[in-house]
Amino acid sequence: MKKDLGLLLLILVVGAIVAVINPRFISPVNISNTANLIGLYGIFSIGEGFVIITGGIDLSIGSVFALLGVIFIQLVNGDGVNWIVAAAIIVAAGGVIGFVHGFLITRAHLQPFVVTLCGLLIYRGVARYYTDDGTAGFDFGTSYPTLEWITTGRSFGVPNSFTAFIILALVMSVVLHRSVFGRYLFAVGKNEEAARYSGINTRAVIFAAYVICSGLAALSSIYFAMYTRSISPASHGTFYELYGIAAAVLGGCSLRGGEGSILGIMLGAVLLQILQNLVNLLGIPSSLNFAVMGSVILIGVLADGQLQRFRRSRAATVVEAKTAPA
Amino acid sequence: MADAFLKLQSISKTYPGVRALKGVSFDIGAGEVVGLIGENGAGKSTLMKVLGGVVAPSGGKIVIDSKSFDALTVPQSLGAGIAFVHQELNLFDNLDVAANVFIGREPRSFGPLRLIDRKTLYARVTPLLRRLGCDFEADTSVADLSIAQCQMLEITKALSLEARVIIMDEPTSSLTLTETDRLLGIVADLKASGVAVIFISHRLNEIERCADRVVVLRDGEMVGALSRASINHDTMIRLMIGRDLQTVYVPPNVAVGAPALELVGIETSAYPGRPVTLDLRRGEILGLGGLIGAGRTEVARTIFGIDRLIAGAIRMDGAPIAIKTPRDAIDRGIYLIPEDRKRSGLILDESIVNNISLPNLKAYSRGSIVDRAAELRNAEEQSGSLRIKAPTVETFVNAMSGGNQQKVVLGKWMGMNPRVIVFDEPTRGIDVGSKAEIYALMRSLADRGVAILMISSDMEEVIGVSDKVAVMHEGAITGVLGREQMTENNILSLAVGNRL
Repeated sequence: MKKDLGLLLLILVVGAIVAVINPRFISPVNISNTANLIGLYGIFSIGEGFVIITGGIDLSIGSVFALLGVIFIQLVNGDGVNWIVAAAIIVAAGGVIGFVHGFLITRAHLQPFVVTLCGLLIYRGVARYYTDDGTAGFDFGTSYPTLEWITTGRSFGVPNSFTAFIILALVMSVVLHRSVFGRYLFAVGKNEEAARYSGINTRAVIFAAYVICSGLAALSSIYFAMYTRSISPASHGTFYELYGIAAAVLGGCSLRGGEGSILGIMLGAVLLQILQNLVNLLGIPSSLNFAVMGSVILIGVLADGQLQRFRRSRAATVVEAKTAPA
Repeated sequence: MADAFLKLQSISKTYPGVRALKGVSFDIGAGEVVGLIGENGAGKSTLMKVLGGVVAPSGGKIVIDSKSFDALTVPQSLGAGIAFVHQELNLFDNLDVAANVFIGREPRSFGPLRLIDRKTLYARVTPLLRRLGCDFEADTSVADLSIAQCQMLEITKALSLEARVIIMDEPTSSLTLTETDRLLGIVADLKASGVAVIFISHRLNEIERCADRVVVLRDGEMVGALSRASINHDTMIRLMIGRDLQTVYVPPNVAVGAPALELVGIETSAYPGRPVTLDLRRGEILGLGGLIGAGRTEVARTIFGIDRLIAGAIRMDGAPIAIKTPRDAIDRGIYLIPEDRKRSGLILDESIVNNISLPNLKAYSRGSIVDRAAELRNAEEQSGSLRIKAPTVETFVNAMSGGNQQKVVLGKWMGMNPRVIVFDEPTRGIDVGSKAEIYALMRSLADRGVAILMISSDMEEVIGVSDKVAVMHEGAITGVLGREQMTENNILSLAVGNRL
C-alpha cells in the first residue's frame, strides 16, 4: 500500500514537471491518447503480474500479439467470420497457449523463462510464415462499427480501451485480493512447499496463472490489431512483454514471487505511458525512448530498495527497544 | 599419548539460550583412531565445527603442536592438517575426480594466464587413488561414482591436503556392508601410515571394530572416555543416555480404541524393500523413535500424500484408502505437523491468520470469495486456545519465536476435524514452556479420540509422552515397546539395529 502511494506520488511529480514544461501534456487530446495507450498496455500487464506473483515470467506476450493479431484479421477480414465469434476463438487460442505453457512448466518441470522464451521465438516465426512475411490488414473501406467502437471508440471522451482496462482491473483485483484463488496464488508464490503441505493443488494454481496471462494477452492482441489496423508480424508487438514485466515490477511485484497488487500494476502501466509521452512532448529524441524508461525504472527500484532497508532498520531498532530488558 | 599433536582444552560454546559445549577436552596423537559418539544434539557437530574453524568457541583453548589458539580460522584448520569427510558429501558432480580433489588450489601453468595445468593435476591425483586402492580413475566424472566411491574421493581429498587428522562424520550411514568393511580397512591403513582419524558414528559395532579410544558426549559435556579394553556396546549406550528424565508421562484418560489408520507393509522410495506395518489407534500416542535418516519422516510424508506409496496399503477404519496428494489426506482428517516448520509448515512472510486459514480456506469463504471476518474469528479462537503470543492475528509469523511459530502450525489444523495427526519432531528448537503445552495438546487430542503418531529423536520426549514406541532402523521397524519396556537403553539398542 505504501509502495502504491510512493508510485502515485512519482506519477504526480513527473506529470507536474512535464505539464509545466509543456502544457500540451494536460490537453484533453493528449490525456485521451495516453489513456488509450494505458488501457492497451495495462490489460496484458495484469496477466503478466499474475504469472510473476507465482514466481514465473511470460516472455511470449509480444509474439502472441503478432500471431493472434494476424489470425484475428484473417478471420474477420479474410474469412468473413463474425467478429464476436472470431474474438471468442482468439481468446480461446490464448487460453490454449497458456495451457501449453502451464503444462510444460508444471508437468515437464521446465523453467518458465525457457518455456516462454521458446514461445516468443515460435509464435513470431509462425506468424511471419502465416502471412508470408507480408502485412495483414483490413481491406480498404471495410468497417466493423461495433468492434471499432469497443476497441478504439470513446464514450464521453474516455477511450473505451481505458474503460475496459479499469473494469478488468476491478474484476482482477477482487480475484487477486479477495478470492480463495488469489490467496492460493500468493501462497504458492511465497512458499510453494508450505502451500502444498496445506493441501493446495499448487500445480493447478500455477497452471491457472499462465492461462489467465495468455488469455489476457489474446484479448490485448485484438485491441492492438484494431489500434494498428494492419500488422507486419516481423515487428508487431516486439518487446511488449517487457512493458508488462516493467509495469508489474514498478507496481511492486517481486520476480521472486509472492508479492504484488493490481493497483500497483495499474500505476506501473500509467507511469510507463507517461514516460513514453514525456519523451515526445519534451523533444527528447525518440531513439532515447527505451533509455529513459530503463533509467526511471532503475532509479525507482533502487529508491524503493533503499527505502525498504531504511524502514526495516528502523523497525528493528523499535523492536529492540521494546524487547530490551527494563 | 605423549605425542598428542592436537589438544582441545575445556572447549565451551554457548548459543543464545543454549550451551552446546561445556568444557570438552581431548587429545589426539598421530595414528590414533578416536570414536566420537553421542545422541543427536549431544554436541558432536559443534565440536567438529570448532575444529574446522567454522565455529569459534566461547571458551577454552585449541593447542596444535604446542601452539595455542582461542579459535581457529578455516585456513588455520586446513594448515594444521585437519580434514573432513562430511556426512553430506560436498562434491561437484559436474566435475571429474581430479578437479574435485584440487578444487580451489588447482596447479597453474602458462604464467600470467594461470590456466589449469591438467597434466600435473592428474599426475598428482593418480598416486593418491592408488594408495587408497580406489577402483576409479582421476578423470572419472563424479556423477558416475557410487556413494561409497564418493566417500573414497573425500578421503583422497583429505590426503592431498596432507591431512594429519581426518574427521569422518557418519561415513558409513549410506554404505552397504561390504563398502563399510572396505572403509574400515582404509581407516586401518591410514592409522598405519600415521594419520589420525576421528570417527563419528551411531553404529557402535563399527566403533568397536576400529577405535583405539572412545569419547562420549552428552548434552554438550564429555561424560566418558573409554580406552580400547573397555569399549563395549553396553557401556557406550549407558554413557550416551544416562540421565534422569524430566518429562512426566501422562497416561490416557480414556481407553485406547480401534486402529484409525493401519499401515500394512508400506514401502517408501528411500527404503524400498523395507516394509513398515503399524497401527495408529484412536486415543493413543504412538512414538516413532530411531536415529536421523532411519526413514521415519518418509513414512510421515507417505501417509500425508507428499511421497508416493511404493508398495503396501493404508487402511482407515478398516477400509483401504488411496492418498495421492496432501488434499486426500486432509479431507480424511489426516494432518501432518512437518519436521521443518519454516520450509513446509508456514509461509513466514504472511500473517498468523493467513497461515491458519490456508488448509481450510473454503470453509471461511462465501462462494469463492474469502470471508475475512470468518477467518479472523477462527484465527483468534485458535490463537487464544493455543496461547499464541502475538499482538494480533495479523502479525507476521517471521517475527515470532520457534514455539509460537509451531503453535501457528498447530492452529492450522485445530479448527478442522482431526482423526489422525502425525507430529514430526514437534518440539525441535522450542522452549521448555511451549514444549509442555504441545505435549498437553497431544494428550487432549488423543483423549478426544484422535490417533497420534509422534516422530521424535529426543529420547526424553519419546519416553515422556508416548503410550507405545515403535523404533525404526534403516527403513524398517525393529521393535515396538510398551510402557513397561520403554527404557532409553531398549530404544537406543533398537535404533542402532540390535534385537532386544
